[in-house]
Amino acid sequence: MYDKKRSRKISDGRKRWEAETLGKTLKRSPERLSRFSTVSDEEIGALYTPDLLDGFDYGKELSFPGEYPYTRGVQPSMYRGRLWTMRQFAGYGSAEDTNARFKYLLDQGQTGLSTAFHFPTLMGYDSDSPRARGEVGKCGVAIDSLKDMEILFDGIPLDKVTTSMTINGPAAMVFAMYLAVGEKQGVPSEKLGGTIQNDILKEYIAQHAWIFPPEPSMRIITDILGYCAERVPKWNTISISGYHIREAGSTAVQELPFTIADGIAYVKAGIEAGVPVDKFAPRLSFFFNAHMDFFEEIAKYRAARRMWARIMKERFKAKDENSWKLRFHTQTAGCTLTAQQPQNNIARVALQALSAVLGGTQSLHTNSMDETLALPTEHAATVALRTQQIIAEESGAAHSIDPLGGSFFVERLTGEMEAKAMAYIEKIDDMGGMVAAIKRGYPQREIADAAFHHQRLVDAMEKKIVGVNCYKMEENLPIPILKIDENVERMQVARTREVRAKRNGKRVKSRIDALKEASLSSANLMPVLLDAVREYATLGEVCDALRETMGTYTDPAMF
Amino acid sequence: MASAAAGSQAAGKSRKPDRKVRILIGKPGLDGHDRGAKIIARALRDAGFEIIYTGLHQTPEMIVNAAAQEDVDGIGLSILSGAHNYLLPRIVSMLKEKKMGDVVVFGGGIIPDEDIPKLRKKGVDRVFTPGTTLQEIVAYVKERVRPRK
Repeated sequence: MYDKKRSRKISDGRKRWEAETLGKTLKRSPERLSRFSTVSDEEIGALYTPDLLDGFDYGKELSFPGEYPYTRGVQPSMYRGRLWTMRQFAGYGSAEDTNARFKYLLDQGQTGLSTAFHFPTLMGYDSDSPRARGEVGKCGVAIDSLKDMEILFDGIPLDKVTTSMTINGPAAMVFAMYLAVGEKQGVPSEKLGGTIQNDILKEYIAQHAWIFPPEPSMRIITDILGYCAERVPKWNTISISGYHIREAGSTAVQELPFTIADGIAYVKAGIEAGVPVDKFAPRLSFFFNAHMDFFEEIAKYRAARRMWARIMKERFKAKDENSWKLRFHTQTAGCTLTAQQPQNNIARVALQALSAVLGGTQSLHTNSMDETLALPTEHAATVALRTQQIIAEESGAAHSIDPLGGSFFVERLTGEMEAKAMAYIEKIDDMGGMVAAIKRGYPQREIADAAFHHQRLVDAMEKKIVGVNCYKMEENLPIPILKIDENVERMQVARTREVRAKRNGKRVKSRIDALKEASLSSANLMPVLLDAVREYATLGEVCDALRETMGTYTDPAMF
Repeated sequence: MASAAAGSQAAGKSRKPDRKVRILIGKPGLDGHDRGAKIIARALRDAGFEIIYTGLHQTPEMIVNAAAQEDVDGIGLSILSGAHNYLLPRIVSMLKEKKMGDVVVFGGGIIPDEDIPKLRKKGVDRVFTPGTTLQEIVAYVKERVRPRK
């Protein structure tokens, strides 16, 4: 940060301080802990001084907001221009239930939609499949056909809101349904904005809602990249996600490189499929976790931007600046919430959300206090949204760009985070990239090890969790939780059967046959998928057809 | 890479009395949250139990068949999808149909307190909720699960 001479002087001063001033105090009263470490168990020093940033070059490492390598932010004016998008993940019960929750959240000042699908949809099964018994509408909204999708977005103009959809294995199918709803509303695909998660690699690594094996899954993804480059230019085609990797138990120092390595795999696949890098890379976005360790998280977001910019420019030779910019969504860490004293979760979420804002996120979901118990009630979801609004409107955190930039501590952490993450990426490159690494079980094993290590630390009280292993209380105030009406399953099954009875069965069959045929050729699957869902072919039918031609994936079940 | 299906398929006839207690850790339903299941599988293995892990996305039939084939003494089921009220009792009743009603079934995950008495009534021996330590679970299994006759 400073020239050698000044740096040396500070270093000498620091040694003197350690020996004299600090030393005297420590003799009288030692530090609270023998070792201070982040939640990822990375050691943290007592004091950070400029000499620890030897060789730090402002222009190279930080530069200015909106300029390469974007460490200080991807937009020139950041939140002074426009606040981040407040995007609460929502979905439960029937399409009608979730449509009502969407409208409520928009009325409360939310600025974008984010859709949670129930597990049968995530796995490509219809609600009347035996695999769906007991699951319908429980963890998200039940979507079986275009009919459900029409109800889900009824009265919500798709040219006015952007919609994020957490869907991976059947991303192409659900996206096709969204495009079809747009057609019905008279909104051309060029005007649709939003995001599909569509990040299958992290499904194998962490979230585990897959259908097909890795290779055909990657082909579907490159079909989406190619289709959107031509037809849906404002759509974010992949939300490359560290969130679930972290929730599965990784450290911050694993979340970052595993996510970026997934991104590298998608960029390589796109280029190999013949789509020019600058045609699709600007529409890739990221999704990170906001965990409990405040400064470590901020360092992670800043390091992520710098790494991606360098990788895209130097490794993939992208020319368009928009290909270099890492834009990201953040969600606060579900796994940090406690069932004990659940109101305490409001404080946890506020700290996590603040780290995302100080880290320069483009959009944010704040978890509700009751999410270790069930899906959020309307009240709990409102408190969570208000938490973001308090950060935005009251805290002053959105006034100045990258306010922690230049902090000796944060810059040092950011640099360490980048160096450790790059070492992981090199290791994955040596294995032949992320697809090969996944087949070897490498990231899965790393995550399971980290999760186990953390649980041991918590059980040994080396990592404290308020209300769980310290400050416990006998009596918790119960909080009301959301119950999913058991009738949802019955009604949803009836609706899907009615859709099947009313549609033109012959046309559906011919569209499904065309889809199978296309899947065996190198044709882009998006147009044939759209043809099929327009005729109300159900999600389960379309996925079953492709299961026949593409095969399925099952859990290797290692622990 | 400890994986499922380690060894003995013998249906419990020629067992030594001092054999290890065998526990099946299962993930019924469609949710992909296996962090807890894997941690518990490891902790029980480290505590000396023989562990069979089913992997994700199991139907009740798959779990009960695996339990029979592996001749287990206890089954730990992890579920975070909200489908516990259907899936857990279904597994218990299928075990009874197979004359395996003495296999101890316990569970954990995102399960609201008010559902726990109903699950216990239907034969789930114990339900662990978030915040439980590994020691508590290991102690429970040691205390409660014995080799089946």
